[in-house]
Amino acid sequence: MQPSPSQNLSPSRSNLAGWLYVSPLVLVLVPFFVAPILVVLAASFFATDGFGGLTPGFTLVSYVEVLHSALTLKLYLATIKFTVLTWVFTLVIGFFVAYFLVFHVRNQLLAIGLFLLCTVPFWTSNIIRMISWIPLLGKEGLINQALLGIGVIRQPLEVLLFSDLAVVIAYVHQLTIFMIVPIFNSMARIDKKLIEAAIDAGASRFDIMRLIVVPMSKSGIALGTIFVVSIVMGDFFVVKVMSGGGSASVVSAFYEDVGVLQYPTAAASAVLLTLVLVAIVSLILRTVDIRQEITR
Amino acid sequence: MKNDRGDIELAGVCKSFDGATNVVDGVNLKIADGAYCCFIGPSGCGKTTILRMIAGHEDPTAGEIVIGGQNVVGLAPVQRRTAMMFQSYALFPHLTVRENIAFALRVRGQSKADRLRAADAMIEKVRLSQFADRLPAQLSGGQQQRVALARAAITEPRVLLLDEPLSALDEQLRVQMRQELRRMQQELGITFIHVTHTQLEAIALADLVVVMEQGKIKQAGAARDVYARPHDRYVAEFMGGQNVLSGRVEKVNGASFTLAQAAPSGIEVPLQARANVSVGDKVDIAVRRDDVALVRPGRDLPPGCTTSLPSRVLAIEYQGYFVKVMLDTVPDDEFVAYVPEKTFFADPFTVGDVVMATWANGSALPLA
Repeated sequence: MQPSPSQNLSPSRSNLAGWLYVSPLVLVLVPFFVAPILVVLAASFFATDGFGGLTPGFTLVSYVEVLHSALTLKLYLATIKFTVLTWVFTLVIGFFVAYFLVFHVRNQLLAIGLFLLCTVPFWTSNIIRMISWIPLLGKEGLINQALLGIGVIRQPLEVLLFSDLAVVIAYVHQLTIFMIVPIFNSMARIDKKLIEAAIDAGASRFDIMRLIVVPMSKSGIALGTIFVVSIVMGDFFVVKVMSGGGSASVVSAFYEDVGVLQYPTAAASAVLLTLVLVAIVSLILRTVDIRQEITR
Repeated sequence: MKNDRGDIELAGVCKSFDGATNVVDGVNLKIADGAYCCFIGPSGCGKTTILRMIAGHEDPTAGEIVIGGQNVVGLAPVQRRTAMMFQSYALFPHLTVRENIAFALRVRGQSKADRLRAADAMIEKVRLSQFADRLPAQLSGGQQQRVALARAAITEPRVLLLDEPLSALDEQLRVQMRQELRRMQQELGITFIHVTHTQLEAIALADLVVVMEQGKIKQAGAARDVYARPHDRYVAEFMGGQNVLSGRVEKVNGASFTLAQAAPSGIEVPLQARANVSVGDKVDIAVRRDDVALVRPGRDLPPGCTTSLPSRVLAIEYQGYFVKVMLDTVPDDEFVAYVPEKTFFADPFTVGDVVMATWANGSALPLA
């Protein structure tokens, strides 16, 4: 047997080729991702004089402080509440929108058009998108006016804006697209013949959804879940604006810390949150082998 | 009231997808209960559409589909008690072999123990026991095909519909699986309807071969009838094994007529009951390739042969038990003789040789 040309290369040369392939990604990730994380990690072990000055060293004081604070637990519970609620609503909406686009819109052009329509909210900035909820949900907003008008309520509903409800509404509005895209993508790869084969076997619509479509969209659901969970858990802006300052999240706490120059505590909180997120993501990846599903 | 009869009748079945052209155009056909029926034709001839209409995945634009005496148009596949085996199988990739086969029972609400027992019995039948826990992607093409067959057969349908079931397999496996299909059909004792574009597959398997062209049935009959006695030029050419010649009728003499050809002798063709010919008509005839004998010029023709057409050998292909000799006998059409190997090598021809093509007078067949 003739050795193939690649086998002629010495190991070091084929290694070099491998490094060259990944180098663009490395060049981006190292300065913009790895380095900042290392800086934060280092800062979390530094001591502070309380006025923004850092003393290089190794102390666990910041971690002890964060972990001992009752506030930390409260914030995590609040954040997890927002995360779970947002996840449930984006998942349900995202799944059915993707299902509709893939299985009920026969015309491919129309499907792509509708798909692009889902991205319309992203044509404007996050701030504008949130501000635009005010005329809708506010005390004098459209919904209250309408409800008052048809006599369902006598007092305007205060719970609509600057509340946890408003936070979840804003998150769902903002993040459903992150569910739609990966679920749409994995559903679109389901062979239509499989659906026909299931009908042939006597499966109802619900059976098809439960036994074929959901299991085969698992990778999309997992990817969407990772997007939504990591974004919500890493956010403070939406909580701050939409709750009117009434609620806080993990990130808003260390945003405050940074504001009062408590860098090591903020860094320790950040490291802790990163670890929690890594744990959640690896749990998701454990249940769904995304790599295998994608290369299927 | 469970009706187990799997006889099928298609009456004036039409299908149009765009409202203008009929993909299936007025098809009438009766298929007996327990028959193995093959639909054959080039791609786009409507054979798959007919299959899908019988299966209930497509509704006919007009006409009736009757299974076991009951018009099934508009019924779901389950109510028709048909099952379909899809081209490229459409196995559920996330389910194991056992779960795939048990799927239909699962959606019918059978208990887990019952359906797994039934699935295992079926797995045994298609000899996949050691693969029961594998995913479809971990199986070979032939094994996947058996899973698809088992999955379709598990509901005890009265009609099993197979859409090009062997096209995804390589040649050797195809022959092997062909036998397996036939064996399963006999074991299950139900009607099989099989769509294919391979002539050999159709005549090897089918009790009833249905040749289609552009949405219409050209000929339906036993394999041997369709192959050996094609109705017309299209069927003869499509099924293969025949040389088709055309010419004007020179004279009609009692039980036969003579076709004018370049040859001095003309061609003697026996008159069939259906061939109503008169002098001057343009007629197509078919002669089986294995009925053609080749004789060197000047030699005596074999007994019973009066036709002899001078030809030049264009090409020779060795095929094992016979030799395929391609000739320029007729100007525009292919003309081929299948010469038995031993006969050929007793006096081998080479390309460019001039030979006389001849055949026994009775073996020419007039076409419609």
